[in-house]
Amino acid sequence: MTAGAGRLRRAWNHDLAWSFRHSPVALLAAVLTLVCVGGALLAPWIAPHNPFDSATLNLSDGFTPPAWSGSGTAKYLLGTDDQGRDMLSTILYGARISLGVGLAAVLFSAVLGVSLGLLSGYLGGHLDAFIMRVADIQLSFPAILIALLIDGVARVALPPELHDQLAVYVLVLAIGVSGWVQYARTVRGSTLVEKGKEYVQAARVIGRHPLAIMLRHVLPNVTGPVLVIATIHVATAIITEATLSFLGVGVPPTQPSLGTLVRIGNNFLLSGEWWIALFPGLALVVLVLAVNLLGDWLRDALNPKLR
Amino acid sequence: MDPASRPLVRLIGASRDFDVSRPWLNRVLEGAPRRLLRAVDDVSFDVRRGETLALVGESGCGKSTVARLIVGLYALSRGRIEFDGLDLAALETDAAALRRRMQMIFQDPYASLNPRWRVRDIVAEPIRVLRLADNDAAEGARVAELLRQVGLAAEDGEKYPHEFSGGQRQRISIARALCGNPEFLVCDEPTSALDVSVQAQILNLMAELQERLGLTYLFISHNLAVVLHIADRVGVMYLGRVVELAEAAQLFATPRHPYTRMLMDAIPDLEMSGKPRTPVAGEVPNPLAPPAGCAFHPRCPHANARCRTERPQLRPVAGGAAACHAVEEGRL
Repeated sequence: MTAGAGRLRRAWNHDLAWSFRHSPVALLAAVLTLVCVGGALLAPWIAPHNPFDSATLNLSDGFTPPAWSGSGTAKYLLGTDDQGRDMLSTILYGARISLGVGLAAVLFSAVLGVSLGLLSGYLGGHLDAFIMRVADIQLSFPAILIALLIDGVARVALPPELHDQLAVYVLVLAIGVSGWVQYARTVRGSTLVEKGKEYVQAARVIGRHPLAIMLRHVLPNVTGPVLVIATIHVATAIITEATLSFLGVGVPPTQPSLGTLVRIGNNFLLSGEWWIALFPGLALVVLVLAVNLLGDWLRDALNPKLR
Repeated sequence: MDPASRPLVRLIGASRDFDVSRPWLNRVLEGAPRRLLRAVDDVSFDVRRGETLALVGESGCGKSTVARLIVGLYALSRGRIEFDGLDLAALETDAAALRRRMQMIFQDPYASLNPRWRVRDIVAEPIRVLRLADNDAAEGARVAELLRQVGLAAEDGEKYPHEFSGGQRQRISIARALCGNPEFLVCDEPTSALDVSVQAQILNLMAELQERLGLTYLFISHNLAVVLHIADRVGVMYLGRVVELAEAAQLFATPRHPYTRMLMDAIPDLEMSGKPRTPVAGEVPNPLAPPAGCAFHPRCPHANARCRTERPQLRPVAGGAAACHAVEEGRL
């Protein structure tokens, strides 16, 4: 048996893998997530049309209903929107933007929150008090309000053309900054516990730099809860992005995310073209539900008290 | 003083206060005063080169705080600590270079090793920080040598701490402490978390290493049997102060300070079995409000008016030193 096969076998027999194999919900959620992520990643190759190529768009194809209804065509499986864009393709491309923004925002939040939490917990004193009071203040506002504020400031500060170009990054920043508190609080708490343990004191006696102790000793011992928060936060971040896009302050309409699509469809919902809002909305629900279920399973699987 | 006879470590009036006040907002709103806990109060002693000095005392007497003050985990509130004649806190001394010559062994072998690190990384950490090895091969060889020195196998380096028993983990702790070639080891109750059968193994290992490597130990313990086994000299601490300091044999044969006598009477031995025993009377006073005069006077059968007002200093007596008015006046 090679070393690689041995490692694979160990991973397969690991508690987490065992719990995964024996949880139908986790398996279903993983499959759904894989379908969503796969569809989003492979959109340019599997989408039947390119919704952003204006040469192939035909305005007279606009408002085509889904294929199975009376006047639908097989060309547009889920129908088209007002500009004749294929709904299935826009959803695939939209999921790409939603997922991309969500994941990037979570990564940004996690790095920011974990760093501040580590510093706060390990160094303590006035820095700790300051960071935690800022966190308290931020928690007293809804996350969406913080994101709106950052987005609004960026709109005022940046010239319009530049803002359109940077819209996605501004969105990542806005959602990312609005979510760091949870990471910082959790990591600070775990850091306080780890800091009191003798292995950290041993590293101090050896003369390691505080930064090295934080990164090499404390960080690996506080990442468990971060993983769970991050998974659940992916779902929240996707929702926040969709909300912002629905309100019209998210990504520009030239690069629609799922939230943008729902907003566009919302205009036609009452005039009978229900599919324009419904299908992107359904895609959003499935994606968020799947990621949430995965996060719940991970939280339970990593909690020894619930086993 | 010539370097060879100079004490390796010297504490001069070392003190440490802990701020146990309520948070700032409570102090302002409730008018609660700032409160200081005097964990170590004016402690002075020398550790001679090559000896084992033990510090004993009840829980909360400040012996662990002394250990942490010496290795720099806590800062001194007052007084000073010299290592090899140099003040550790003085600006002109390179404290980091001095601290490399001392290491610490901790009490809880289950908490003192990072659970996410392999043993070889744990043991090699001082080598990496101090850049003692030129390459990976030299580092690996040194780690293997250290593991063998403490009675483990070189292959154990690949394992994680949770694969070892408490005694084996304490051996790993010792290997890590020895890694940077220190001269002075501060051992904070290194055997109190271990089974009795394993305690002796670890103590013998420490004695053997001391002989082979010429180490100096400061040995913190509350177990008098262990102290008798390993120590050359013993300091007895009570409520943050050293009350008696003497050669180990002398201290166990003829304890001078009433508190030391009380501790000695509490040691169980075979001749006494079946006979009624004098329990240690009274409780340790609240360190936030220590008694005036001699801190031991509320529990002391020999206390008089002077003991209640005047604080006794550590004064030489035959074979050691004791801080007691009764001993000084010849009443005891």
